[in-house]
Amino acid sequence: MWDDYLFPQSVDEALQMLDAHGGQARIIAGGTDLALQSQRGRVEAMVMVDITRIPGLDQIEEREGYVYIGAQATHARVATSPLVRARGRVLAEACASVGGPQIRNVGTLVGNVMNALPAADGAIALTALDAEAEVADHEGRRWIPLGQLYAGVGRSTVDSTRALVTRLRFPALTSNDSSAFERLAKRKALILPILNTGVTLRMDNGSVREARIAIGPVATTPFVAAEAAQSLVGRAPDARTIAEAARLASQAAQPRYSLLRGTAEYRKAMVEVLVRRALSRAAAQISGAEGEHANS
Amino acid sequence: MPTLNMVLNGKEVSVDVEPGDLLVHVLRDKLGQIGTKLSCGEGECGACTVLVDGLAMTSCIYPALKAQGRRVTTIEGLSEGRALHPIQQAFVDATAPQCGYCIPGMVMSAKALLDHNPHPSEEEIKEGLSGNICRCTGYYQIVEAVKLAAERMAGEGGTQ
Repeated sequence: MWDDYLFPQSVDEALQMLDAHGGQARIIAGGTDLALQSQRGRVEAMVMVDITRIPGLDQIEEREGYVYIGAQATHARVATSPLVRARGRVLAEACASVGGPQIRNVGTLVGNVMNALPAADGAIALTALDAEAEVADHEGRRWIPLGQLYAGVGRSTVDSTRALVTRLRFPALTSNDSSAFERLAKRKALILPILNTGVTLRMDNGSVREARIAIGPVATTPFVAAEAAQSLVGRAPDARTIAEAARLASQAAQPRYSLLRGTAEYRKAMVEVLVRRALSRAAAQISGAEGEHANS
Repeated sequence: MPTLNMVLNGKEVSVDVEPGDLLVHVLRDKLGQIGTKLSCGEGECGACTVLVDGLAMTSCIYPALKAQGRRVTTIEGLSEGRALHPIQQAFVDATAPQCGYCIPGMVMSAKALLDHNPHPSEEEIKEGLSGNICRCTGYYQIVEAVKLAAERMAGEGGTQ
């Protein structure tokens, strides 16, 4: 299947290995998608540069108002991280719904983003959290908003034969804020979603200061329902406000007919239901902030 | 050809592998450990589940060289001679297997679950086994088997 399998010890060494093979080598982390794609002949690169043994890429930590998640962090680690559950719960919930236990133990959150599928649970949650990715190449390292990593279905703007994402970050939610993830699928494990949504509510004295609603797969990339989110700003997230935002989100979403996922009409109707559920759950966390829901 | 060095079921092994070999093929074809089953080949069904450093993973999509220096446990590593591991014995006693093909993977997922959570609820058992598909049983006896194993292992004073 491959000609060589390499373990660089630093990000610079990984970049040198990519360089040395002139487009014939690419980055691999968990490999849960890549090993399959390679077997099916869909990957040109014949040399794998495995970044899972580079020291310093495994962090899940909070610094200066941001939560940082390294490229080696698996879905299982993110899903069970007390920090992520407290500061970006939507992401913990999303990562807990990816694949099954065996996939979550190996597949990484950064890989979920790099595969660039609009249904990717982790990427939807990261979009709701307004995350950025740190890209490393020969010009150095820079932070790029998550939305700019998508070139289309299954295509990332980061060329894995020349560059890699070393870590992700998002502005940490405070104990006043809340977030939630919802998913519609035919079974609970090992299946891609018919729809999924992640929402965040950043609060100020009982009213919404900033909201984000991300929905997948209703476009070629993770979809941001900006108008729906804006409708929440400056208001208390009560049932009427939430219902209105969910309606706006459904109007804006343009799901396609899919043999696997159902008709466009059904899915558009379900967007409203899922967004309403997610916002309601997030709002309930706020109203019970002194109670059992806070950071549990 | 690269050499894969790992601790397989407690013993150090070295085996020459191709860079693109997947762990399931190395285990079955190069090391003769055929207890690990290959079914879907896509990481969807869990029949090929093994533990790497104690974590369950599907060996059919796991590049063999990722196991370099790691501890790998397969179904062969559970029993001691002909004495079954308590999880295996519970699967027998609860008549969990029908055709049996998914069972090594089920047992390994159960092992990973009980190692981390010795007293799982029924929901936690179902979650722990959610990456394993059985096309015969309807899962009822398999869940019962894991409950039985948890009870017996607690009685023995912990996991093995």
